[in-house]
This record gives sequence, structure tokens and C-alpha cells, in this order.
Amino acid sequence: MAPTSDPEGEALAVDRHGGVLRVAMAQIAPVLAHRERNVALHVAQIEAARGEQADLVVFPELSLTGYFVRDMVPDVAIRRDAPEIRRLMQAAGPTALVAGFVEESPQQRFYNAALFAEEGRIVHVHRKVYLPTYGLFDEQRYFAAGERIEAFDTARFGRVGLLICEDFWHLSAAAIMQAEEVDLLVCVANSPARGVDGDKIRTAVAYDSMARTFAQLLGAVVIVVNRVGFEDGLCFWGGSRIAGPDGSVLAEAPMLDEALTIGTIDLAELRRQRLITPLARDERLLLTLEELNRIKRRRYET
Amino acid sequence: MKPDPAGAALEINPELVGSILCRFIRTELQRAGFRHAVIGLSGGIDSSVVTCLAARALGPENVLAVTMPYKTSSEATRRDAQAVLDRLGVRTLDVPITDSVDAYFRRFPDASRMRLANKCARERMTVLYDQSAAFDALVLGTSNKSELLLGYGTQFGDMASAVNPVGDLYKTQLFRLAAWLGVPDEIIKKPPTGDLWTGQTDEGELGFTYAEVDRLLVLMVDCRWRRSELVAHGFEAKFVDRVAEMIRRNHYKRRMPVIAKLSPRTLDRDFRYARDWGT
Repeated sequence: MAPTSDPEGEALAVDRHGGVLRVAMAQIAPVLAHRERNVALHVAQIEAARGEQADLVVFPELSLTGYFVRDMVPDVAIRRDAPEIRRLMQAAGPTALVAGFVEESPQQRFYNAALFAEEGRIVHVHRKVYLPTYGLFDEQRYFAAGERIEAFDTARFGRVGLLICEDFWHLSAAAIMQAEEVDLLVCVANSPARGVDGDKIRTAVAYDSMARTFAQLLGAVVIVVNRVGFEDGLCFWGGSRIAGPDGSVLAEAPMLDEALTIGTIDLAELRRQRLITPLARDERLLLTLEELNRIKRRRYET
Repeated sequence: MKPDPAGAALEINPELVGSILCRFIRTELQRAGFRHAVIGLSGGIDSSVVTCLAARALGPENVLAVTMPYKTSSEATRRDAQAVLDRLGVRTLDVPITDSVDAYFRRFPDASRMRLANKCARERMTVLYDQSAAFDALVLGTSNKSELLLGYGTQFGDMASAVNPVGDLYKTQLFRLAAWLGVPDEIIKKPPTGDLWTGQTDEGELGFTYAEVDRLLVLMVDCRWRRSELVAHGFEAKFVDRVAEMIRRNHYKRRMPVIAKLSPRTLDRDFRYARDWGT
């Protein structure tokens, strides 16, 4: 039997989700601490993405600077109103944009940041909360930690959450994004290869599994964009991907090599998956809060 | 089945490793503005692997393999080096170092075997760096992780290079990679030797095999097992202590010379830039 027609509901869904969207994953190898060359690299990728009729183009973490910026942090840092960012938004035109940069606050704090821009304006800036400082990582030496994990509303992509690399490895960040009721979760990364014994790089296996699991548990589309290339012997492995709310991989960029990979996402699919498995609906936010408060009392107040 | 954590930790996927290392060689040369590489080819497994990787990464015509025999170098070593060259079609150059090394030691006829070995290693280094200027190339290093950790190499000699693609691979992992790359069987199967003097083998000189020490190193260094855990796992306490001490004692070889700090910003202490800065 044909489903009952519901013109109003359908209109709402289209209104909210904008239907089918084309996402371009710009898996680039930025030039380390070279602002002009990186802006040029972004503009070229944005133009290519527009040529592919992309609705959104996503660059990796710190895409405007490269990863091991170290003592160059104050030299490559920019404000949100910097001409470099205006240049990217101009190039993007009607295409929405996610890009990574070092943000300098008016108080001279430096953040590992990512922006979401749409229709020529910055809708949101996420400052990386979890700065890895162990093993090969040294981020707390150079960056201030972000203080918020919050989602934001967009014109065409529904409610969106933005996380940066290590943030994605913290369950709490994903849980907050679920409570925020995101439709789309974007994680930008600079993930280096560690562990080369299996068919795939071990960190790549972990990202694939997190992307698919979070997509399924949040009932959202998850986009992970990782960079490629080498810095001081570190190999960034690429493998950018889009996971759908059923946990399947919708699009996948190559490992190790630069690529502009287009994926198509149908935000109407969110509705179907949320009907099949309404996990976010059944989430007990107040119970969670009470439990967390209880744990807070035990761990910090006794 | 008895669990084998060391064996598991030493596993590599040679195809994945090879594809990363070829890209690494290409990228590091390009960012320094080079297309050519120079390698000192001894006929052993390390330099054979690096020559194979470079030929794949850059094309054989862009790779110069330099053989630098000393008068005591064995004929078998020369033959093995030639087998690699014949297979790959890279450019070759033979620069015997006997005359220059012997000229120096005529003044110091009582020098020890160790001094001669180190002198040979450093003589080869100067040849490679000079040839890199002539060939508009960078010198690729061939020191593996086992040697680097144990300090089994000559500082500013065979340890010197611009780019080292194999420094994070243990010797036993290089065997896997070598087989995948098609390095001739004779080279993979023969006992590793620095060919420092007639009949010398690494394992004879070290007093243990790479197979044994790599199992210890990978658990100690990469998996961060404690001494008590290593001993409980079956490694002899004396062996564990000896290897730990070799790693500590030779650490200086793996670092730049230490600088006395005086100013607000001292190079390599609080003047921190990536080597690949700006590229």
C-alpha cells in the first residue's frame, strides 16, 4: 500500500534538510606555514568543487597552515575577519565551506580552529577542545584549548556539529553532539599513520569505525576529512569519508594521495533511519545530566 | 596457541609500508628541490632495500648507487651489490676507498680495527656527500631501527644522511620488506655484516641475533613493557639490561650535539621549528 500522502510534512523535511546535497572532500597536503600558497591551494580546490556542483567543500584540520606549525603559530595565526578567510568565502560563492586555521583571539590566545561558512559569512567557529600532548603530539605547548562543543543551524544542511581530530576520539564530544540533535557531524583531521601491520593503517581503521558508529548512534551523517602528505617524517593518510546514518560508507577518498572526492548525501535519509532506530529520541538527557552531576560530586567534591 | 606479542608487534604489511616509503622519498626530495638520490650500496639488505625503494619512487635513472669497497671488502659483497644493480638499472659508480684510507693510516699504523672501521664509514660518507653535489641529489640513509637503537653504526659515517626511509623499521621487518621488493635471495639469506673486516658479522660482534634482539626491542621500546614484564616473559635479565644500557649509552649518536643554553632562545631547545618548515 502506498504511504499516506503528507504534503506538509514532506515540505517541512525538504525545508529543513534541503534534500540531496553534494559534498566535496578536499583531501589536500598543505604547505607547512606558507599562507599564500595554502590560500591559492584552497581557492583552486574550491573552484574545482564548484565545477562539480558541490554544495559544501570540506578541508582538513589546520588546512591553511599545515600541522607542525610549532613556533610559527603566532606568525601564521589570523583573526576571523582576516582577508585570507574573506578570499575563501568569495571563491566559494554559494558553496558552503569548512576550513582549518590558527585563530588569534583579541587576548593573544591561539586556537586550533575550524570554521563553517555559508552564504558569504562565518556561521560558526569551533576551537579544538582536546589538544593531544603525548607521543608525537605537542599541541598544548602552542594552543589554548577551546571551551565549547556546540552545534549550529545552517541554511541548507540542517543542524551541524564541527569537531577537530582528537575531539572525535572523546565519547563525550559525540554525546554532546547527539544531545545537540545534529543532522550533520563534520570532523576535520590531521591524523598521522601509526601501525602498519594490517591491511590498513591502524589509525585509519579507527577513524572508519568511529565515523560509522557515530553516524549510526547519532542518526546523523558524519563527514571526516583528513589530510595527506608528510611533515617531519609523519605520514598523513587521507582516507576521508562520509558515513550515512545507517552506518554505511557513502563516499571514500583514496588513502595517501591528494584528491577532491565528491559524495552525495540525502538528508531525507535521516528521517527514515530515525524512524527505524530512534536512538536520539529515546536518549534520556536529564538522566544523563543527573548521573554526570553525581559523578562530579564523587570525583571533585568529596 | 601461545600468544606471541613480540611477533605480532613486528608484523608489517610490506605493500603498505612500501607505498608509504616511496611517497616519503618523493615528497622529501621534492620539498628540498631535488629529483635525484644517492645511496651507498654495500650489497647488504639495508642499502639494497633503500636502493629498490628509491628506484621505485624516483625512477632508476634518478638514483645513483655508489659502491665504495675497501681492500678487505669481500668478493661476495661485491657480487651481491652487482646483483642489485643489474636488477634495478639504476646509475652506478664505483669509488674504492683503499687509497685514501690507507694514506691516512700510514701515519697511524697502530690504529685499532675499530678506528679503521669508523674511518672507512666516514670516508664513504664524504664520498656520498660529494657525489650528491655532483649528481644534484640528496643522500638517502640506510640505518635501520635496530642499529639506531643499539648504536651499532658510525656517527657521521653510515648514520649520516639527508633522508632515511628505513629508520623506523627493525632489521627483521626489513627482511619482510626486502622479500616483497624482490631483493635477491642471497642478500636476504646471508648473515648481516658491516664487512668491517674479513669474516665480520653483526651478530657475531653484537653477541646476539637480530631475531632475538628485535623481539626484545619492540616490546621494550614500542610496546613499553617494563623490565619485570620482559623477564617474566622469558627474556634473560642480563640480556634485557645489556640492551637497555646500549640504547642509553648510544643516545648521543641519535641527537645533534648538545648546545650550552645562554640566550632566551636556543637552537633545538626553545627555537622549535619543523624541519619541513615552509615546504
